[in-house]
Amino acid sequence: MRMRAFAKRNLKELFRDPLTLFFGLGFPLVLLVLMNVIQRNVPVHIFELETLAPGIALFGLTFLALFSGLLIAKDRSSAFLARLAASPMTAADFLLGYLLPLLPMAVGQSAVCLAAAVALGLPLSWNLLAVAASLIPSALLFIALGLLCGTLFNDKQVGGMCGAILTNVTAWLAGIWFDLSLVGGAFQKAAYALPFVHGADGAKAALAGDWAALPGHLLLVSAWAAAVLALAVVLFRRRLVER
Amino acid sequence: MNAIQILGLTKEYGGRRVVDRLELSIPAGELFALLGVNGAGKSTTIKMLSCLTLPTRGDARLMGHSVRSQSHQAKEILAVSPQETAVAPGLTAAENLELMAGVYGRPRERVNEVMEQLGLTQWARQRAKTLSGGWQRRLSIAMALVSQPEVLFLDEPTLGLDVLARRELWGVIRGLKGHTAIILTTHYLEEAESLADRIGIMTAGRLRAVGTAAELKALAGCDSFEDTFVALAGQEAAS
Repeated sequence: MRMRAFAKRNLKELFRDPLTLFFGLGFPLVLLVLMNVIQRNVPVHIFELETLAPGIALFGLTFLALFSGLLIAKDRSSAFLARLAASPMTAADFLLGYLLPLLPMAVGQSAVCLAAAVALGLPLSWNLLAVAASLIPSALLFIALGLLCGTLFNDKQVGGMCGAILTNVTAWLAGIWFDLSLVGGAFQKAAYALPFVHGADGAKAALAGDWAALPGHLLLVSAWAAAVLALAVVLFRRRLVER
Repeated sequence: MNAIQILGLTKEYGGRRVVDRLELSIPAGELFALLGVNGAGKSTTIKMLSCLTLPTRGDARLMGHSVRSQSHQAKEILAVSPQETAVAPGLTAAENLELMAGVYGRPRERVNEVMEQLGLTQWARQRAKTLSGGWQRRLSIAMALVSQPEVLFLDEPTLGLDVLARRELWGVIRGLKGHTAIILTTHYLEEAESLADRIGIMTAGRLRAVGTAAELKALAGCDSFEDTFVALAGQEAAS
């Protein structure tokens, strides 16, 4: 009940912010269309929809970190969170209340991105549903990263960390725009030590119907998401009561 | 029965004692005003009683529930209106109150009651961030009342309100007396004198004097309450 009331509030705050809607739904679409136009005007195959669409769907999810981080950081900076912290709400109520409203947004975001890719020429198949499902652990990971940053930093710092650093790290290290093996070496090793490329590779594997490759990527991203979320819960609980 | 029982409550930050062995009992239904100059320890005391800050030593019991070891039970029966306006800016006034009703498991009808009680009905569908400062503050106080708390902490509730709005709010606060134990902090001495059953004066983290306004005046040998406050708070602060 408590968590549901709080989740409802967060859902309203999120969907009433036009910037959330633009960056959540519009920006990935702009990127997809732009890259597709570039592909049509160059003679080499660099931005094929089969690799681009899952990658951009993953990239769009990075904004979830920004949304969740800003929401929690703004609440922390105002007396609003103090009021709720004095209520019977538990740390789990808070974090699930922040997390759950963003999941339908993640699914909607992936659906819009993939639907646009189909409109641009990606063949329609049942595998698209698997792509959307394979992106859920990545969505959880980005939301958890946002919650962690929002718990530790103020809204300006969250804007910088989740809006600039995380989007760039994901853009460069997830193998969205280029094959990481083209760079190779330490860069590729570093990228594969992080979860982002596994999220993108998992989505690409789902689209290609490579079911053998999918579980490994999903497990790795899920483990990262669980670890980051657990850390966020521990730190948030500590911050609820000043010591 | 004492609604609030404070037992040697102490708070230290890095060895600096901000609240010093506070002892106080407040019966159910009493309005107790906590006065003091800036930095006297009023807000820290409220934070400890609201389970937002862990005491360094000592304890407090709210309707018998320890703020240290039974904070979840204590939080069920307390509500706080923080010094700063504490509303969800993107929600309407009614939605803010519905949120609090949901958090405390109160029925939707309670929202309408509180809106009427604080004259918020006309602003029910207006987003909190578009309300004037005075109405935001009133909404913030209404959010503390939705749960019908047995113990209520009002931290400078009328700060920034104009005279008329302040007087209206006094009426609301008076209406709570008798069935809710209230600790009110304020810098407006006439507010404390007008509303409180008893008044406590804090300086440097310690409760220096407790009594009715008349008792404190007699203690200080002053005619006006302002002179009484200056005599009690100023003298102790200087010592």
